[in-house]
Amino acid sequence: MNKDISLVVNGEARYINVPADKTLLDMIREDLNLKGTKKGCDAGDCGACTVLLDAEPVNSCLVLAVEAANKEVTTIEGLAKGGELHPIQAAFIKHGAVQCGFCTPGMVLAAKAILDKNPNPSVEEIKEGIAGNFCRCTGYKKIVDAVLASGRNIQG
Amino acid sequence: MYLPDFDYYAPQNLEEACSLLTHLGSKAKVLSGGTDLMVKMKHGVISCEVLVSLKELNELKEINYHQGKGVVVGARATHNDLVNSIILNEKYLSISEAAHHMASNQIRNIGTVGGNIVNAVPSADLPPILIALGATLTLVGPEGERTIPLEEFFTGPGRSVLAQNEIVTFITIPNQPTTGSNYIKFGLRRSGALAVIGVASAVTMEGNIIKDARIALGAVAPVPMRAKEAEAILIGKEYTDDLLEQAGVAASKECSPISDIRGSVEYRRDMVRVFTKRSLKAAITKGHSGEHLETAHSNNI
Ligand SMILES: Cc1cc2nc3c(=O)[nH]c(=O)nc-3n(C[C@H](O)[C@H](O)[C@H](O)COP(=O)(O)OP(=O)(O)OC[C@H]3O[C@@H](n4cnc5c(N)ncnc54)[C@H](O)[C@@H]3O)c2cc1C
Ligand code: FES
Ligand code: FES
Repeated sequence: MNKDISLVVNGEARYINVPADKTLLDMIREDLNLKGTKKGCDAGDCGACTVLLDAEPVNSCLVLAVEAANKEVTTIEGLAKGGELHPIQAAFIKHGAVQCGFCTPGMVLAAKAILDKNPNPSVEEIKEGIAGNFCRCTGYKKIVDAVLASGRNIQG
Repeated sequence: MYLPDFDYYAPQNLEEACSLLTHLGSKAKVLSGGTDLMVKMKHGVISCEVLVSLKELNELKEINYHQGKGVVVGARATHNDLVNSIILNEKYLSISEAAHHMASNQIRNIGTVGGNIVNAVPSADLPPILIALGATLTLVGPEGERTIPLEEFFTGPGRSVLAQNEIVTFITIPNQPTTGSNYIKFGLRRSGALAVIGVASAVTMEGNIIKDARIALGAVAPVPMRAKEAEAILIGKEYTDDLLEQAGVAASKECSPISDIRGSVEYRRDMVRVFTKRSLKAAITKGHSGEHLETAHSNNI
């Protein structure tokens, strides 16, 4: 069974005919060809597939594409504006928070969700906000540093 | 991993949802947040031909206070809806905090209280505190509505009294004289770990006297269970640390845990003793608080 759905992806209205049994993650990667969103465990454990759904971070591997109908999705591709990296992305580079990079898109979006609610989070709050994102290169210290610094940057 | 083929409907109202479930019979399953269902379907543990999504039933997402009834929580409220609810933060912070210490932020944005209950997993985090606070469930089926105590909902691991064509609509925490409540999840790490054991308690204090006490345990029996022998030790007595120890010992004796990857029978029983004591103490001294979470390795996040 296929369904016609409309949703907004990175600010752009999209109309897609998608099988009911396809996850949002697979639709993003296969139908929208946005490969920044990663598939790690495909079971809700690793956070590599994190996207923002109506501004809240979710595991896109656990959400059906049809369930995202009429909602707004932000993937990592939606963060840079006019060729300029988002301050969180810039901070990740500056602080060496990217090693192999596989966890980075999910990590950056989880960080954005923290900072959108609280531009000045404590280390504890950052750790809690990224607790669902695994970095197998285990560079957590630098990731936390980058989020702390980008909080200060965004605040100006 | 890909999901098996299935059809999908998102009915506009409850009647339509119930009649779809009745019409489709055992081919159909209810979809709420999907955090459990999607994983099980990908792994082939559950198969079904049709998913009936509750997505359009917006009234089931609300958390309201009704003067005559108490706090009414829609089954589709997500864990983060519980965390952020002003009503729950004011009246039963213990419930918000139990939700706060579940899974990860991402899962808390998708997973729902209804799914957590209907799953009927012995280690689920919300049933113990809801049972301790005397919550009832409203179930709607084609023949109408029935209300049952949450405590009587579970019949075994993964099993409940819910009929195939029934939907859990609301969880009601009735108005009550309790003065404090609390849930402690004891896990092996802070995030994304299921409870080794969970202890919830709710007490009614008059000065130093424990007028009433309810204790509910998770992950130590086939279903979330009341520790009634421990409760009996407490009721009518003056609160002392020694009394709480006696209650902890009683709770550790009356539960029936199994040994598994998260802990042995002996370990679980002893942790029930320790955390029953701590949970009661917090409920007695800190009101409806969130004493929250303890880990075996407290440095691990
Ligand atoms: C990574 C990860 C971590 C987790 N951590 C925790 C944790 O710390 N603590 C914990 O307790 N759980 C945890 N869970 C389990 C799960 O997320 C929760 O139990 C969640 O609350 C399930 O809700 P859902 O809405 O996603 O359920 P779904 O997957 O949508 O549904 C689960 C079951 O309930 C049925 N159902 C759902 N809603 C209704 C309804 N209203 N009426 C009738 N039937 C219904 C469905 O048909 C299905 O059988 C975790 C899961 C994952 C993947
Ligand atoms: S791929 Fe979704 S959480 Fe791992
Ligand atoms: S940078 Fe490699 S997994 Fe995080």
